Amino acid sequence: MSNHNPDAPKHLKHYFTNVDQQYETSKFAMWAFILTEVLTFAGLFVAYIVFRSWYPDMFVDAHKLLDVNKGLMNTIVLITSSLTMALAIWAIQKNNRKLSLIMLIATFVFAFCFLGIKFLEYSHKFEVGQLPGEYYFYMGPEVVHLNNPHIFFSIYFIMTGLHGLHVAIGMGLIAWLIYATYKGNLSSEYYTPMEMIGIFWHLVDLIWIYLFPLFYLIG
Amino acid sequence: MLDRLTEFFFPKQVSTFASDIDNLYFFIFYSSVALFFIVVFGMVYLAVKYRHKKGEELKLTSSKDHSNLLESLFFIIPLILVSITFVWGIRSYLKMVIVPDDAIEIKVTGQSWFWTFDYPDGGTTLNELVVPSNQPIKLVLSSKDVLHSFFIPVMRSKMDALPNRYNVMWFDATQEGVYDIFCTEYCGTGHSQMGAKVIVMKPAQYEEWANEIGSDDDSIPLDELGAKLYTKKACNTCHTLDGSALVGPSYLQTSQMWGQERVFDDGTSTVINENYIRSSILEPQTQIVAGYQGVMPTYQGLLNDRELDALIAFLKSLNEDSQI
Amino acid sequence: MSENIKQNYLNHPKGLMSWLLTLDHKRIGLMYLVSGILFFFLGGLLALVMRMELAAPGNDFISNDTYNNVYTLHGAIMIFLFIIPAIPGALGNILLPLMVGAKDVAFPRLNLASFYIYSFGALFAMYTIINGGVDTGWTFYTPYSTQSTSNVVPMTLGIFIIGFSSILTGLNFIATVHKMRIPGLTWYKLPLFVWALYGTSLVQITATPVLAITMVLLMLERFLGIGIFDPALGGDPVLYQHFFWFYSHPAVYIMILPAFGIISEIIPVHSRKKIWGYKFIAYSTLSIAFIGFLVWGHHMFTSGQSVFSQIVFSFITYFVGIPTGVKIFSWILTMYKGQVSFTPPMLYALSFLFLFTIGGLTGIFLGAVALDIHLHDTYFVVAHFHYVMQGGTIVAFLGGLHHWWPKSFGVMYNQTIAKICAFGVFLGFNGTFFPQFLLGLRGMPRRYATYSEKFVELHSYSTFWSGILGISIFIAIMNLFWSFIKKNKVDPGSNPWGGMTLEWTHTSSPPHPHNFEEEPVLEHGPYDYDKVIVEKTYK
Repeated sequence: MSNHNPDAPKHLKHYFTNVDQQYETSKFAMWAFILTEVLTFAGLFVAYIVFRSWYPDMFVDAHKLLDVNKGLMNTIVLITSSLTMALAIWAIQKNNRKLSLIMLIATFVFAFCFLGIKFLEYSHKFEVGQLPGEYYFYMGPEVVHLNNPHIFFSIYFIMTGLHGLHVAIGMGLIAWLIYATYKGNLSSEYYTPMEMIGIFWHLVDLIWIYLFPLFYLIG
Repeated sequence: MLDRLTEFFFPKQVSTFASDIDNLYFFIFYSSVALFFIVVFGMVYLAVKYRHKKGEELKLTSSKDHSNLLESLFFIIPLILVSITFVWGIRSYLKMVIVPDDAIEIKVTGQSWFWTFDYPDGGTTLNELVVPSNQPIKLVLSSKDVLHSFFIPVMRSKMDALPNRYNVMWFDATQEGVYDIFCTEYCGTGHSQMGAKVIVMKPAQYEEWANEIGSDDDSIPLDELGAKLYTKKACNTCHTLDGSALVGPSYLQTSQMWGQERVFDDGTSTVINENYIRSSILEPQTQIVAGYQGVMPTYQGLLNDRELDALIAFLKSLNEDSQI
Repeated sequence: MSENIKQNYLNHPKGLMSWLLTLDHKRIGLMYLVSGILFFFLGGLLALVMRMELAAPGNDFISNDTYNNVYTLHGAIMIFLFIIPAIPGALGNILLPLMVGAKDVAFPRLNLASFYIYSFGALFAMYTIINGGVDTGWTFYTPYSTQSTSNVVPMTLGIFIIGFSSILTGLNFIATVHKMRIPGLTWYKLPLFVWALYGTSLVQITATPVLAITMVLLMLERFLGIGIFDPALGGDPVLYQHFFWFYSHPAVYIMILPAFGIISEIIPVHSRKKIWGYKFIAYSTLSIAFIGFLVWGHHMFTSGQSVFSQIVFSFITYFVGIPTGVKIFSWILTMYKGQVSFTPPMLYALSFLFLFTIGGLTGIFLGAVALDIHLHDTYFVVAHFHYVMQGGTIVAFLGGLHHWWPKSFGVMYNQTIAKICAFGVFLGFNGTFFPQFLLGLRGMPRRYATYSEKFVELHSYSTFWSGILGISIFIAIMNLFWSFIKKNKVDPGSNPWGGMTLEWTHTSSPPHPHNFEEEPVLEHGPYDYDKVIVEKTYK
């Protein structure tokens, strides 16, 4: 179990016996981490289900106040970003660093668009007063049988907000990948970080695919 | 013997289902004692019998690590015991949950830190639940603020009082007497003081009492009436009579400062007189004494004018008397 | 083992920065140990303050408000700053890689991050104490917690942050157990402490995210009034209880499973006998971890939930008890035809069997719905959980410290003092908490700063024995650390108890910085006392 094996690749950490073990371990741990993320969001989905069953009419009315077009655009943007992420990994597997870099940058740009569209949505809501909790003051004509609408918006903001936070974190990670690929640290020999972050990114996409219908398309 | 043990472990059995609950307890208790003795005896016996004696050589020990018979026993016997416990527990619980049709319904409202009881034929008491014996009583519970829980040990009955919905519990008391009620869900500073009493009376007495409540006895002198109200209306939860500060200032201190200025937490002050006492009972949040928290609930609607007068008289009288 | 080992993980590498930025799991484990013990003492001090107040009725020692803050902090610190993080964090970190033959955990940098995240979260708890405390109870029930003016947000924020530490440690351990075992070390040859840590980690990564989101929702309820738990805003306080207990019930298994693992190590070694029912103990660990997720409603039997829920939760609760019972019998039968030594670790293990059995059996009383109605929120519950958490987990933890101390630190403690303290803990513990069962049965509620006169006798016994308990624990731990000062070193090759697992047979005491000079080759199972005689250096 020597730590000074000169043949060992640079990226092999000394407490792993070989690169396969290191790779397998990383992948395993990443999936376990994905499980914890699913459970976190699951808690919020439970809150959504509970309050929807208590205030079914209010939920239907309140959701009409959401901008479905922006939601749909966001869905398309995010799914496309998942595609470009997958392509980035495919490219690096073929050792095509240049293509991989382009795909990563595209993913980053799409993520940025997602957040941009979200920002537009949120600022509109802030303006008209469709805010969470005690800050809610929207009183438009559609407010016919809304009771406790602030609950809908609370759950909406918390879930999309937490999701948005994950998009932002993902962007940070992708930026790091762009840097690492550019510098030549990632190649077909070793691209584990890209694959792991790719898995994370697909989860972020998947969560949105649940959020979109539940908030924008019900009723 | 069982009676002596019951007296040792439990408060009196007053409700109709108390003895069943206690029997369930004893079933589990004896089973547990038996299992516990097997565990402790087994442990001590084996540890001592197979101890490594001084000077004894180290040797290869037994390979035995498995016994179908023993393992089945450890599994099946506890399984049987817990099955009985589970079924008994549920059957007894169902009896506690299904309210008899002929129950009298009393509304119980918890708020920090006292209990209000509203009776079916009108009338309200604070911190005293009056019920007839040998009659199912249904309690409908709710809270005005945070979670509370209503526990009557002698009835073996408890239920949480929630602020957004009603919970129900019932009991049928078989013995007259005065028994404890405790709040058993943490609710803030005065949680430990949020006790009350249940007074079980003979049905005829209860009839009389139910007709009377709401009207005060006009012949009692004001300060004597005030002394009674001091506990009845739960003032004692937060105000002492001996000068020590509790959640609120001591009545004795207020009485001793009669006619002097009292300072409030916003810097203003006022003279302690009848008006101040009256407003501090009806609108306690408007003037909070410096050094205390503004947590007193209002008694608007809970005291009539005569009762207010009585409390004021009682408070004034403390300066001369030194005891209640 | 090579005789020219002068380097061990304590003295190499040197320097403060080498400790602060260490990636060595053993150093990280030691850091968790020290922090954990400090918080344990703090929590214990708070408990003694409580017992002083409860020695007599009336607010003679501290006010109601102070008491309410003290009991909340006692619970929150003991659970979130000591038992949950520190026991896997300390013993788990030091021992897990050694036991599987690895040079470190799967992700050492993540391990260090876990420790710093834990410390950072703990800072918020400390801030809470300094800034006037929090008085909601460690359970933070709404709407009191959404309305209380005490430091609810700093405390819940601290717990939220510590939750991340818990999750990362869990991920690390699971990956380590799955992927870093040496060849030949199959699952059924693993020491049972590893199985225990594995089960604990599974619960940690699945339950803690729900706690995290509950704490976030609680904080948002306070800041934004979102209206999810507070009825004044349209929410439901019972929903909070469901969210909270969905994590906190599995959390109690996070607290006890490592302790079970420790007992599974101590008893075979100090009885020099193969453990009884290895596979059963391993499987029961996993089944307890799983079933533990299905019983949370038994904390809510008086909340007004549906009769159907009551029945289901009571039913499943009993299923958790049965595997645990079989474990107790397995541990006892391990001593059959063994060679039992009454060393300090063994004394703690025997104490555990006694105390945890009482704790476990009293859970049966609480699982019966009709009886729980009487006992819920009384001192019976307080006694029950102290018997399992303190009589169980902490006694096992002390046993584990005494068992692995010479291995981890290369020094031996004074055996006589250790044994006397073990007795002191046993007697003090029973004296403190057994009367509390009676108090609960007789109707004494929990979280009371003052109480009715009729309860004073039992409370005064409880307070008296709590002093004995506190002193015994304190001296026991000081005795351990004193061994450093006295420099009572053991031979690097020593195996004082005759253990057979890799940490005893293939590493020095204290271990080499990278654990093993060369990758160990597995020669026998972890408890093969029927096949191999292992010398023990402690007579």
